[in-house]
Amino acid sequence: MTAILSAENLTVAYDDFLALDTVSIEIAAGESFGLVGESGSGKSTLLRAVAGLAPIAGGRIMLDGKPLDANRRDRDFYRKVQMVFQDPYGSLHPRQTVDRLLQEPLAIHGVKDAERRILRALDEVGLGSSFRFRYSHQLSGGQRQRIAIARALIIEPQIMLLDEPTSALDASVQAEVLNLLEQVRRDRKLTYIMVSHDLGVVTHMCERLAVMKNGKVVERLSSADLVAGRLSEDYTKNLMVASKGFVREGA
Amino acid sequence: MSTMLTVDNLKVTFPTRTGAIEAVRGVSFTLGRERLGIVGESGSGKSQTGRAIMGLTPAHAKITAKTLNFDGIDLLSAPAKARRALRGSRIAMILQDPKYSLNPVMSIGRQIVETLRTHENVGKREARDRAIAMLEAVQIRDAARVFDLHPHEVSGGMGQRAMIAMMLIAGPELLIADEPTSALDVTVQLDVLRILDELVAERGMGLIFISHDLRLVSSFCDRVIVMYAGKIVEELAATDLGNARHPYTQGLLNCMPTLGTSRHPLPVLDRQPEWAL
Repeated sequence: MTAILSAENLTVAYDDFLALDTVSIEIAAGESFGLVGESGSGKSTLLRAVAGLAPIAGGRIMLDGKPLDANRRDRDFYRKVQMVFQDPYGSLHPRQTVDRLLQEPLAIHGVKDAERRILRALDEVGLGSSFRFRYSHQLSGGQRQRIAIARALIIEPQIMLLDEPTSALDASVQAEVLNLLEQVRRDRKLTYIMVSHDLGVVTHMCERLAVMKNGKVVERLSSADLVAGRLSEDYTKNLMVASKGFVREGA
Repeated sequence: MSTMLTVDNLKVTFPTRTGAIEAVRGVSFTLGRERLGIVGESGSGKSQTGRAIMGLTPAHAKITAKTLNFDGIDLLSAPAKARRALRGSRIAMILQDPKYSLNPVMSIGRQIVETLRTHENVGKREARDRAIAMLEAVQIRDAARVFDLHPHEVSGGMGQRAMIAMMLIAGPELLIADEPTSALDVTVQLDVLRILDELVAERGMGLIFISHDLRLVSSFCDRVIVMYAGKIVEELAATDLGNARHPYTQGLLNCMPTLGTSRHPLPVLDRQPEWAL
């Protein structure tokens, strides 16, 4: 396996608290990799550390075989790696139109033919050009998340970091956004790293996954193993039970 | 089974600059001492239905109903004072997120005691003992310590248990739970649901459980109402979910990715305009 992105003994510390404790993962090009765990397990911190949004205290991150600087990411990095955040209400600038939001990454990276790319990006996420001059408050949660995905895709990255991209959405809208993410991954041969607390979503989207707890990876397994119940850690079993939903005792 | 709550043709309308928005458009149901689930997407009117029963609709909104009756009391014509006496003592409501719905500058114990002493004439000593007993009933270990903690010092799961304790201490007959576990971690959700389930069964309360999660509601409740665009599109027994007839209910059931099923792409809802008629 040739890893496009890997973390080796990565540690993130906030004062005395270790949010990530010597975590190592390897992600192959074109793969979809899931991170699961309860809140505070470090799954989002791992994504944020890769994106340069968390202070790295030890270990290193390799992209295409080259180590990244611990606390700086250059423009080339963001050309390759883009992120979609959890809350579509918080991640779009409230006073910018969709057009302005999508111009920003193009301006940063000096991309020409903005006009064509914006129209294409909107089309790709299924919104169409009529949404171009709207503000984010004029959009529903699902539409906002589509804009966030369009903003990440517009500079044609290779790796997408997805931090709970559908947990703030209704179940019916979640299905639409998951389908969209699968579609663009297939069309553009993207690599995904996806964080979710929902095992159903992760096994649907990802081939392999890592289970995290207290800043450590406790188990690595394939989605097929998870579905078949081939797991070794009690913690993963608990997550499985929780994902099956409420069952009345004695019923 | 005696009927505790009767809702007939309930409508909640919000006037806006661009015209009136009807959040709830003619909802009718009755409730005895049973567990009723109300399911729908955001904007379907499920929370506004619960709030109208509780009496928490914003003052500028307009509520109309043929009947809105709780145990012989006409909620629409009851004076504010009578509604206030009902709220918290006979009808209680659990909200979604303990981070925002508990008072951040008051200890958990004092908030529970405040609820109790508002509705019952009890001394400080007894109120404290009852609050601690209630915290123990929601399976908080070391209840005496948690009594003195502030909401930011406890986890989400514990905060939500504290809220359940607060709502149940005055012994309500009807409990409205509006997405009580959506803000919690998956691993904690089940604990909180189990506690809620036991207490509701033990005390013989009526429960209205509002949620966007159809599967969760159907595993928790006896009867389920499915709402779409302010109206009830289907009502069915929870055990009868597999036989749901309305395409919206079927769509909601199908669109969730579940363990062990491989469907690419996921089926999505094909919303028909006539559903909202």
